[in-house]
Amino acid sequence: MTAERHIFTMLVDNEPGVLSRVVGLFSGRGFNIESLCVAETIDPRISRITLVTLANPPVVEQIEKQLNKLVNVIKVRDLSGDDSVKREMALICVQAKPEHRAEILRIVDIFRCKVVDVGLEHYIIEVTGTEGKLTALLNLLKPMGIQKIARTGTVALLREPN
Amino acid sequence: MNPAQSTSQTKGKAVFAGPAPQEMSGARILMAALKSEGVDTVFGFPGGAVIDIYDALMRTDIRHILVRHEQGAVHAADGYARASGRVGVCLVTSGPGATNTVTGIATAYADSIPLVIITGQVPTHLIGNDAFQEVDIVGITRPCTKHNYLVSHVEDLARIVREAFHIARSGRPGPVLIDLPKDVAKASTLYTPPSGDVRLKAYRPNYRPNKHQLRKVAGLMAEAERPVIFAGGGVILSGGSEALTAFARRTATPVTCSLMGLGGFPGTDPLWLGMIGMHGTYRANMAVSNADLLVAVGVRFDDRVTGKTDAFAAQAKIVHIDIDPTSIRKNIPVTIPVVGDCRLTLEALNTLIGENLPQDLPERRAPWLDRIDAWRRSHQLAYRQGDAIKPQYVVEVLHRITGGKAIVTTEVGQNQMWAAQFYHFDRPRHFITSGGLGTMGFGLPAAIGAQVAFPDELVVDIAGDGSIQMNIQEMATAMQCGLPVKIVILNNGYLGMVRQWQELFYEKRYACTGMEVQPDFVKLAEAYGATGLRATRPDEVEAVLQKGIETPGPVIMDFVVEREESVYPMVPAGAPITEMLLV
Repeated sequence: MTAERHIFTMLVDNEPGVLSRVVGLFSGRGFNIESLCVAETIDPRISRITLVTLANPPVVEQIEKQLNKLVNVIKVRDLSGDDSVKREMALICVQAKPEHRAEILRIVDIFRCKVVDVGLEHYIIEVTGTEGKLTALLNLLKPMGIQKIARTGTVALLREPN
Repeated sequence: MNPAQSTSQTKGKAVFAGPAPQEMSGARILMAALKSEGVDTVFGFPGGAVIDIYDALMRTDIRHILVRHEQGAVHAADGYARASGRVGVCLVTSGPGATNTVTGIATAYADSIPLVIITGQVPTHLIGNDAFQEVDIVGITRPCTKHNYLVSHVEDLARIVREAFHIARSGRPGPVLIDLPKDVAKASTLYTPPSGDVRLKAYRPNYRPNKHQLRKVAGLMAEAERPVIFAGGGVILSGGSEALTAFARRTATPVTCSLMGLGGFPGTDPLWLGMIGMHGTYRANMAVSNADLLVAVGVRFDDRVTGKTDAFAAQAKIVHIDIDPTSIRKNIPVTIPVVGDCRLTLEALNTLIGENLPQDLPERRAPWLDRIDAWRRSHQLAYRQGDAIKPQYVVEVLHRITGGKAIVTTEVGQNQMWAAQFYHFDRPRHFITSGGLGTMGFGLPAAIGAQVAFPDELVVDIAGDGSIQMNIQEMATAMQCGLPVKIVILNNGYLGMVRQWQELFYEKRYACTGMEVQPDFVKLAEAYGATGLRATRPDEVEAVLQKGIETPGPVIMDFVVEREESVYPMVPAGAPITEMLLV
């Protein structure tokens, strides 16, 4: 059985310790977490957690059931299919030697990202997109020298019916 | 209570329908909330962080059982819950009081036992400061509770207690911990007795099984040539024993149980196969391995049951009925999953099957039942009598002279397996044992709890000389509270189950399993003010048991048994359950 990437989104009570329950479930049962993203929703009593995991189908089934079993988890959804929008954001600090500056800006333009900080020897680039877009951008920037990177992990929402 | 605050909060309040709210301290609110949940007994041990709560407890009519170690409090509450079906309640202080409960909580969690554990906590302004007797017990017990709470505001206390009891006893039951800081217990607020059902938006167990699934199960039952029912603790927890017995008899289907299920089906019924698994009977393991349909009810397919999972019930279609969806398809692939309460599901199946049972069912089952009977005759549970007392014989005689009616608790290890094999449990809630976690030291405090629930019943702890010493201090609890538990020690001077593994799989290298220095258990009993009796020869067994049972008050009976007796059948860990080592 091969491992597949799954994106779980869940609404949880916005209370102390809830994230720890979710993360503790994964560590305690040996489930994998690729990325994790948490923030309050429009209702301050409720937070949304988006979690990406790599697991084979029976384990994916267990993960979903175990999440549902937590008393503070209100709703769980597997958003791995095409009927959802997925995005990730990253801040990339790239080395910007004079001979690379123009090239970097061209790449920024092509990928429709933004330069949010400029220094004598660096740019910080803000990029939002699918995981594929981020990977492509990183591949192009790598030769210039990526100094630091901060990624948010995937967030996802189910598309509303038309 | 702060009188000024009290006045300002009560003045000008609107008239309430129902009972008038009262200004009360957190400690008193806790007592009122416990009373409204029907709590009449609390098992506990006082300390600095709970002194206000104890002060309030003293003014109620709730009975307090003062244990000698907090682990004993949780096991006693657990024994109380298993025997009575009610929620067991514990009260302990912060820090070490709280950490001492962890083994008991994990024990209850593994066996789905409803408990509410109230731990004191340092005042809220000290939390996180490494204060005296501070520990993050909510963090520590997160993985071994069904849910837990830290009460930050006294206004939340009544709601939290109500939710805790609801969560503990509903769905798949389990332990719930409430951590109550000292200042919250002292603070006061208006308390209104709760009314109506608890509704939690994220917690709604599904009790009613899906009807389509049930029809499929009924269809499979009618078609099957070699069906077996495999029942577990869920049947007992849901009160489904009668429905299970009716289901088995109506469909002429033999029944095996996990350790946790013993007593869920009469152990003297002709359809009874005996326990399944590592120390299961030959016929139970053979029947499951040759079945074409396995109806699993309220079980979780523990590794001690399945052995090698690929070989488990390999010829069978598997129906799995459980209230907890995570139990289904966790260890074993399932043909038909049914999420629902075991009792309600079995009752629904009985109704459904009652109408549609094939006429020729009894004749069609006959060859299968004959085959099982041949397995029974060829390999009975057995042991060889000798000059020394056989531990199995002690349990057999106990069963005979108690008429199978005692509430039996056990410690963990060989004593537990011999109790399971030779005390043929006919009724639910009469076999109280730590199945999932396998906690040595469980039996004595659990017996105390069961005796509190049923003061007039005979409660016997079947123990080993190793396990009994893990919570022997609770003898004082039994004495102080007048709880006449009887302790049967099968004393072989070894940690017998580990020694057995060393004998069978480690070429008799008995690493650290010999208990060369033991207390004199008779004198130990006497030191506590209890009665101590001893038997060293087979012909003394019956007289000692008889006398021990008839003697008022707690009794320790020390049976000096065959030192290197082993539990058989035995399936080596990880082997298919058909590969049994036999006597």
